[in-house]
Amino acid sequence: MRCLSPAPNVHCTAQKQPGPDIPLTFALTKTLFIRSAQLGALLLLVGCRATPVDGAAEPPLRWGGDAEGGAPFVEADPNDPSRVRGFDVEIADLIAQGLGRRAQFVQVAWASIAQSVERGDFDIGLSGIEDRPELRDRQSLTMPYFEFREVLAVRPADRDRFRTLADLAGRRVATLGSTTAYQILLDEQARGKVFPVSYDDDVHPYTDLVAGRVDAVLLDHIIAERRLRVLGGFVIQPDPVATGHYVGVLARANVALRDSMNAILRERMRDGSLEKIFRSWDVWDDAQAQYFARVLADTSAASARRASNGPTSALSYLPSLLRAAGITLALSVLSMMLAVTFGTAVAAGRVYGSALLRGVLTVYVEVVRGTPVLLQLFVIYYGLSGVVRLPAFLAAVIGLGLNYAAYESEIYRAALEAIPRSQLEAARTLGLSEGQILRLVRGPQALRLALAPMTNDFVALLKDSSLVSVITVVELTKQTAIYATNIGSWVVPGVMCALVYLSLSLPLSRFAGRLERKWSLT
Amino acid sequence: MESDVTAQALAVRGLRAMRGSTPVLRGVELDVASGEICALMGVSGAGKSTVLRAIAALQAFSEGSIVVDGIALQPGPVPPESRLRPLRSKVGFVFQAHSLFEHLTVMDNVTLAPIHAQGWTRERARGVAAALLETLGVAARSGAYPRQLSGGEAQRVAIARALALDPQLLLMDEPTSALDPARRGALGETLSALAKQGRGLLIATHDVDFAQDHADRVAVLADGVLVEHGPAREVLAHPTHAATRALLQATEMSGL
Repeated sequence: MRCLSPAPNVHCTAQKQPGPDIPLTFALTKTLFIRSAQLGALLLLVGCRATPVDGAAEPPLRWGGDAEGGAPFVEADPNDPSRVRGFDVEIADLIAQGLGRRAQFVQVAWASIAQSVERGDFDIGLSGIEDRPELRDRQSLTMPYFEFREVLAVRPADRDRFRTLADLAGRRVATLGSTTAYQILLDEQARGKVFPVSYDDDVHPYTDLVAGRVDAVLLDHIIAERRLRVLGGFVIQPDPVATGHYVGVLARANVALRDSMNAILRERMRDGSLEKIFRSWDVWDDAQAQYFARVLADTSAASARRASNGPTSALSYLPSLLRAAGITLALSVLSMMLAVTFGTAVAAGRVYGSALLRGVLTVYVEVVRGTPVLLQLFVIYYGLSGVVRLPAFLAAVIGLGLNYAAYESEIYRAALEAIPRSQLEAARTLGLSEGQILRLVRGPQALRLALAPMTNDFVALLKDSSLVSVITVVELTKQTAIYATNIGSWVVPGVMCALVYLSLSLPLSRFAGRLERKWSLT
Repeated sequence: MESDVTAQALAVRGLRAMRGSTPVLRGVELDVASGEICALMGVSGAGKSTVLRAIAALQAFSEGSIVVDGIALQPGPVPPESRLRPLRSKVGFVFQAHSLFEHLTVMDNVTLAPIHAQGWTRERARGVAAALLETLGVAARSGAYPRQLSGGEAQRVAIARALALDPQLLLMDEPTSALDPARRGALGETLSALAKQGRGLLIATHDVDFAQDHADRVAVLADGVLVEHGPAREVLAHPTHAATRALLQATEMSGL
């Protein structure tokens, strides 16, 4: 049955709210907002059921995924990088076709897919999203359409040593953050077994495994197999640690669309279309065939809800947030110390050095200031790993420290040059050496001038330190994101995180302000 | 002028200096005797500051010689500070904008060089500084910071700082430029007292009245050469050179 909308671009999803007990979805509200003139028509259409129709007049089915996640899920098409390909792309097409709509891809960061779909950015998220209890508690999930195995990857030499997680006691095990695998590792850690190392992508866990930074990787078998083909240098242990399922994720209230999609998925499972897609992406195996058979045999399995965990109290996250705040603070203080020391040297070199030294230091300052700190962190941690294999925390301190040194050096240089030349000449006529002039006359006054911008920079550094999560350091913001992903809301974690940052930065600003006032009297 | 003095604080011979490719000084001859106040006069740009800066080894000169109390400076680049040590304790310099160290108290401004450049004990340096500040009438301000001083006070502190090492020659660049007439008189008396202690004072100024009242001799500089010199009252009462007359005229104009 077709949606009876007279306006072709009215959002079909929104019109399928079954009754008044269900709140209006975000999509409907948004549509109402934009198209308030069509309110009457919309209300008439409440209860309209979606059925496959010719898609010409229908709005596109917007689906979100992360092309950075790569094949076989979603990746940029090498032949036409403006398009995406992968089995999730084809499943999205299949679902859209079933709904009589055209699939339209929306790029979104993988870890944000659930929250983005809840905001109404798109209708469904598909990108190797795992069926997890906490996700089920707060979103509408489609039936699982693929069964994966969590497998361990180890270096070939460790093949017999590290067969299971239990063998990896005291070892560093890498995985992708916000995944079932990460949760498994956290549970193991709580039992004192392994040290989980979380990454923001699924490539670097394997490169770091090969490089020896971690001792194993726990991830989905299709990711592991993919990386093995591309990268090599490790082996996959045959016995899975756990099994899991991929699902599509929809807004919590979007139950009707979810049910329509489930019907389509089940039908495509039955008629072999899904199998064909998985075969074409080389991820079909006997285990998958058995899983499909089980699902089709048990009509209740797909929609069965798992028991949900009780809501976790905010307080239970506080210790981990405070620990992460300690890391943020240590990281910021150490980076700033490096930045001040090195920045001072660079500034002195640019003021007092030879033309060659000045040139070299100018290039350093301009390159560092002209490129993103994120890129610099990647280069130091991953790019240099062939030359020097820095631990993540040290790489973070060096990356942030060298980056901020460039900014500090400019502040100090400007401050040094702001001291009137006649004062320096007066010092010379009094017989003070260049070193004494810098130490006794120029430096102390420059420090007073530099204090305010330095404080600003330190506060900025406190916040910029959140960037180091890309090289696996879990600091305050990353811990907050993990917490927010777990409970499915940014409100409480966001407020807690902000309070911690403020409690770190405000006293510092006050202290600097007081010092500045004191010095301004002189 | 061939002055017949026994102690020579400063002797400048054939001094030439360039700014880029432009000659600024073109053969300056100048003597300052101990116990004498010499006013180096001339309109702005005549080269007065350049002469002072060359004597204080803040600026290179290309030809000629400068001898201060037996220490000779040679043409060419300014030597490194380590080799200028002996000169530094013989030549004091009071800059036009007094240039006190803004982050230090009056006392610390005066004692910085004695303690750090000369290695005096803190007690000795403070004793000398306190006596100098007392003499100059700013002892009450020894705990103040430069920003808290009036123009006259700051200048006297700058003089105290320059005198802390007991230099035989004191150079001053336009000392009256920021002073009102009453302060000018007080400064003149201070300088006379310093000269009486046996110091030579070379004061770059275009203040005719001040030179007339307080200088023993004037030397008039125009276009990088000394055009007229002699006893202050004589030269300023009967100028023989056009540059001197121009200087006097400018003063009269501004006095109207």
